[in-house]
Amino acid sequence: MSSERDRPFVTDDTQVQTETRDARMTGGGADNRFNSKLREAFGSSPFILTKFDQFMNWVRGSSMFMLQFGIACCSIEMMHTYSVKHDLDRFAAGVPRASPRQADVIIVPGTIVSKFAPRMKRVYDQMPEPKFVVGMGSCTISGGPFQEGYNVIKGAEEVIPVDIHVPGCPPRPEALIYGVAKLQQRIAEGESSPVTVKPYELEQFDDLEQDEIVEKLADQIDEDDLVMRYNWADSP
Amino acid sequence: MSLEEPTPDDGAVETLPTGADEIAELLGDLVIDTETHVNAPGFVIRPDTVQETLRRLRDEAGFDHLSCVTAEEREDRYESIYHLTSFDDRQREVSVIVPTTKDDPVSESAAPVFRTADWHEREAYDLVGIDYDDHPDLRRILLPETWQGHPLSQNYDQDRPQIVTLDEWENPLAEDHREDEGDTMYINIGPHHPATHGVLHVKTVLDGEQVADVDPDIGYLHRCEEQMCQTKTYRHQIMPYPDRWDYASSGLLNEWAYARAAEDLNDIEVPEYAQIIRTMGSELCRIASHMLAVGTFALDVYGDFTAIFMYAMRDREKTQNILEDLTGQRMMFNYFRLGGVVWDLPEPRDEFFETVRDFLDDLPQALEEYHDLITGNEILQSRTIDTGVLPPEVAKSYGATGPVARGSGIDYDLRRDDPYGYYDELEWDVITEDGCDNFSRLLVRLREVEESAKIIEQCADLLEDWPEDEREIQANVPRTLKPDDDTEIYRAVEAAKGELGIYIRGDGTDKPGRFKIRSPCFSNLQTLPEMSTGEYIPDMVASLGSLDIVLGEVDR
Ligand code: SF4
Repeated sequence: MSSERDRPFVTDDTQVQTETRDARMTGGGADNRFNSKLREAFGSSPFILTKFDQFMNWVRGSSMFMLQFGIACCSIEMMHTYSVKHDLDRFAAGVPRASPRQADVIIVPGTIVSKFAPRMKRVYDQMPEPKFVVGMGSCTISGGPFQEGYNVIKGAEEVIPVDIHVPGCPPRPEALIYGVAKLQQRIAEGESSPVTVKPYELEQFDDLEQDEIVEKLADQIDEDDLVMRYNWADSP
Repeated sequence: MSLEEPTPDDGAVETLPTGADEIAELLGDLVIDTETHVNAPGFVIRPDTVQETLRRLRDEAGFDHLSCVTAEEREDRYESIYHLTSFDDRQREVSVIVPTTKDDPVSESAAPVFRTADWHEREAYDLVGIDYDDHPDLRRILLPETWQGHPLSQNYDQDRPQIVTLDEWENPLAEDHREDEGDTMYINIGPHHPATHGVLHVKTVLDGEQVADVDPDIGYLHRCEEQMCQTKTYRHQIMPYPDRWDYASSGLLNEWAYARAAEDLNDIEVPEYAQIIRTMGSELCRIASHMLAVGTFALDVYGDFTAIFMYAMRDREKTQNILEDLTGQRMMFNYFRLGGVVWDLPEPRDEFFETVRDFLDDLPQALEEYHDLITGNEILQSRTIDTGVLPPEVAKSYGATGPVARGSGIDYDLRRDDPYGYYDELEWDVITEDGCDNFSRLLVRLREVEESAKIIEQCADLLEDWPEDEREIQANVPRTLKPDDDTEIYRAVEAAKGELGIYIRGDGTDKPGRFKIRSPCFSNLQTLPEMSTGEYIPDMVASLGSLDIVLGEVDR
């Protein structure tokens, strides 16, 4: 356990973040999001591994811990999905965890604005792998009704990768349940789609390209502060 | 309480100047020009006499409620408009207009006179770019500190890149306490935290378990609502947006705020039948909203998804079902139209009325359950009684309204004080509680649910008996509305959280020249430091819950 190689799960934030992105970007098939220590341990014996993998996928799909995460209007419908009548718990996904470190699914329920995106990224980065994202509502698809706003991120995929999009404004609880069920199905089958993130990434300030605005802010921001740079003109 | 109910023979009230001339006389040569807004007389003053003018209006004319501060950039000047009114008599209104030049937009701050001006002026600085002299803490409030430009000013380039930091915040009291060996700890609550009801960030400094300093940091859900409304047409396009301000199911109440302002601006009469439907729908929304407030408050105090939360959600489901029958949507109704509502009650009407009546019949029992579980519960009582105290004077100075004000004994409710819709024809009471604490605010909400139920019942009776050939749901409204250039109006309604006001300036086109939202939550949230400093940290969480803020409305 001394060298870097022996510890594949370094909890250095920056590390996690790029690893996640790379995993997402290469995509394809049962991707390495499903990697685990167990799998590495069993790695030498492919026969057991396949079975075990299937078993693990089934387990993952059948016991999902959701992150208790509210942003905007959609979170009200999300609360309805969790509580009486719709009761997401029936689908083995109804234990909202308050801490990202205990959750494996994050439902993004609402509009993401410039001030919030870096925080959401951080929350996402803090979740342990494998992790999945359900985008709830038009806002997480494109910015929804606020797409033209000066401050609104044009969809969650600008910041984090999304597995399932549930359209609607807000989607009805039934729709969200359907989305979650679909996600479970996909996890259980070991599928995941290649997702590309158009990265609005957290970067260290001095890694940014020098331009007018960077120069202007140079005396306000420390070089190693994490920042997110928005290029609005390139957003859809 | 004699001041709360002004009677004509009350000497003190009679001497208060109300007419434009009397106020002009009171202000004397502070006034450099006058204007007429649709809702109130407007007085133009010099930017260095703001405090004097407002102080005089407050102390000598009883204008003790700074409802809103609107800032805008015009062709040749910047303007801040202070919308003043009075808690005792909401129908007395006056606008104070402060123009400043383009190249040096500096105006005196009103914060020393009305504390609520603090945040309102910060917002004006943030979005429009007016500088306020003598302001205690003028920095950005909604947008990130590092933002470039002021988005609601005229030459703002929306495509320029922006950089936003992920800060580590510093303990603002660290220095002060180092010497006397006291030790303070800084914690961030939020923006992702279950107790903040959304994406609020509360910068808290603790001294042991006590709160030494708290600073709510907002703007994590600033969705450019004002900009959106300014780029849409009056007739149809704006109406969907109000649903998304206070999204905790107060949709219709918000829509009414816009409808009221726009109807008054364009002189549209709403048929009585439509008014009754509006009234009924709105009160259903109020119940849904208060249920959520009560449920999440219990969640905050007890700390888990317990029975109360589930009960509250159960009752909300019922109201949402009724509203869905009525409007076609569970949350984002888009049901009002200028001049009425979009469609009549659903057929078969009997069935609809039956659902409504069933709901109302079950409500007393449900409320009894709440009282058993919540207000009658000793644990909750000891957690909430005498914590988060907000004295009425402080509440007024911060412009707190709605259940927050009424929980501090301020008898102020726009449904009665500035009647609109069908409220003045119905039998119901304004609820107040004198405790000024978290418990009172909770109680006010629970009791208001009863009052809303009364209103709904009367509306249902009226609607049921309404002759079939007189069911007029919409007035005749021209297809495009173009209010004259330079007509200005500020109108408010009593939304679930308090006074929701809309300022619109028509500029001769079919889109508003300036659309400003006065959000009750924004003002209410400002009282948090006042209520929590010196209290224990769990009490701060309870106070925050008792304010019942919805971030969509705080940040807009
Ligand atoms: S999709 Fe609609 S309901 Fe959901 S957060 Fe966006 S605006 Fe609100």
